[in-house]
Amino acid sequence: MAMSAREIELAIRAALPDADVTITDLAGDGDHYAAMVVSGAFKGKTRVQQHKMVYDALSGRMGGQLHALSLQTSVKD
Amino acid sequence: MNDNPTHDRIAKDLAENEVLLFMKGTPVFPQCGFSAAVVQVLSELGVKFKSVDVLKDAEIRQGIKEFSNWPTIPQLYVKGEFVGGCDIIKEMFEQGELEPFFAERGIALANA
Repeated sequence: MAMSAREIELAIRAALPDADVTITDLAGDGDHYAAMVVSGAFKGKTRVQQHKMVYDALSGRMGGQLHALSLQTSVKD
Repeated sequence: MNDNPTHDRIAKDLAENEVLLFMKGTPVFPQCGFSAAVVQVLSELGVKFKSVDVLKDAEIRQGIKEFSNWPTIPQLYVKGEFVGGCDIIKEMFEQGELEPFFAERGIALANA
């Protein structure tokens, strides 16, 4: 089953409590999302590390239950 | 990474190819929009790369995700270093970071 935008947001917030999370349902099919995540925890990390932190927050569902999540991360000031 | 023949194959492929893209389909016929987007960026810059079609090889398809600790395809490697998936490559390209990235690593860009 696909994940809802709310589930994705909650999973990311659970791991990165300070994060501003914006989820967009790209195709309106509950299966293709874009997420913008802004968190202080990204400070000093490379993009790859930042994206991995978000993938870790989704604990293995990325690439499986969650087919497509286009991800953009940035550091919160 | 020991005793894993798939990881050994990936490591060997990485050692032999400076720019290696793990993707779904081929550069001419990508089977996924995310893979197509990375091919397009590399073509735009004029980077010569080798691609591995993970749809043709289930072991690599799973193995590369474990190898990189990255859950999705495509995955771009430059000189053995994991650079990112579609989002990161596109973002680096749009921010003008990708060209210097290749240049610093001595990778020729035909269209630079």
